[in-house]
Amino acid sequence: MPDTNMPGTNGQNGSSTGNGSSGGNGSGRGGEGKLAAVLADAKAVQARAVEELRETVKAPEKTDVWKSILRVKHDETPRSRALGVLSNVFLHLHPAKINRDAVAYNYTWGMGGMTFYVYITLVFTGTLLMFYYHPSKVVAFRDILYLESDVPFGKLLRNMHRWGAHLMVIMVELHMFRVFLTGSYKKPREFNWVVGVLLLVLTLLLSFTGYLLPDDQLGFWAVTVGTNMARATPLLGHDGPFGPQMGMTAFNDVRFGLLGGSIVDSNALLRAYIWHCVAIPIIASLFMIVHFWRVRKDGGISGPAPMMLESEIKEPKKV
Amino acid sequence: MAAVLGTLSVNLLMFLRFFYPRALYEPKVKFRIGYPSDFGFGVDTKFQNQYRIWVVRNTEGVFVISAICTHLGCTPDWKASENKFKCPCHGSGYDPEGINFEGPAPRPMDRAHVELDPEGQIVVDLSHVYRWPKGEPSQFNDPGAIIRA
Repeated sequence: MPDTNMPGTNGQNGSSTGNGSSGGNGSGRGGEGKLAAVLADAKAVQARAVEELRETVKAPEKTDVWKSILRVKHDETPRSRALGVLSNVFLHLHPAKINRDAVAYNYTWGMGGMTFYVYITLVFTGTLLMFYYHPSKVVAFRDILYLESDVPFGKLLRNMHRWGAHLMVIMVELHMFRVFLTGSYKKPREFNWVVGVLLLVLTLLLSFTGYLLPDDQLGFWAVTVGTNMARATPLLGHDGPFGPQMGMTAFNDVRFGLLGGSIVDSNALLRAYIWHCVAIPIIASLFMIVHFWRVRKDGGISGPAPMMLESEIKEPKKV
Repeated sequence: MAAVLGTLSVNLLMFLRFFYPRALYEPKVKFRIGYPSDFGFGVDTKFQNQYRIWVVRNTEGVFVISAICTHLGCTPDWKASENKFKCPCHGSGYDPEGINFEGPAPRPMDRAHVELDPEGQIVVDLSHVYRWPKGEPSQFNDPGAIIRA
């Protein structure tokens, strides 16, 4: 009975025709003829594959794979260029077209873009540093020494991350300064200014939580000082206005929640690590997406006021 | 709608409560440091690393200063040659009794509760401190703030 089923099976499943097991099954009565038919099938499949490969090499843009990835034609027309940007998940946050005046370099200095570039660099180097760093009181500082002295390119990575962090704060502030000077926070961009301020705060929080991670004297005391300010939070801090009246002590106030204890210790180190490496980057990335998307929705990068010809000026209405 | 909002707000409260651990593994706040006669006149820094305190004897008796700057919580250094405590973070200075005289510190450093156990050793309790906030009466002469021996 298997003999009668075999040809049908082979015909449907072209890939199995070439392997030896089907030939082995076909041995016996009439086996020679079947083997020849199977080999002929295999030849045909091979020929078709070669033909398809040739066509693929000749015109890769006509294959299904190509079309499934890049869904639009890439002619040199304004429409397909715009579609190329709009239909790409990474580029669609960008405007498809921008005002020629707005790309004048001395208007924006490209500061927002550079900030984002530095952020990408920090995510990359930070992820690599995580491969060698343990957020625990016993080994954290030792891991830093190890990274500095033994890990291949460890010193380079750590310094890229450290200087990049300083640079990102500087870039964010310069970007903000530029936006302020060019009045780009004005209508309709008020919302994006507020998102930008939140991103500034998140940048500073990333900087602050990263400070504790080397677990050296500098970072330890900086975080001691920084979190001690939280003691003075109104209502929620045990040294703040109305804090004691709210029943706040060093063991239930907002500082305790940040540190996971009443002193900067192993819980605080682990918390700083998680805020620094997981939570704040995710929140900041979400806000960045909104920030870039709003730039596009608010009419692209803000540029100088558009020129107006004399013929375009309308007479003000006389009431 | 109310059920969804209720669930979400309970979840938020649970999320916030999660950040407040029930058990802590922090250093002891109540400990023995020896007999009053172990401490001579002036500042003794031998317990600074272990318990973050200084033991001081003046003409009135023995008391224990909590080695926490009242500005923002760093540990000041005892400068024997200058006869003062100096905070490395923002420069607050304190005299040998922990009274602030320079820098941003708002008040003298706190003093820990001290008492003698039946054996005669000093027991320090850092969870109970005596303060002298600016413009308020000093607690430094309260019973338990100093051992007059």
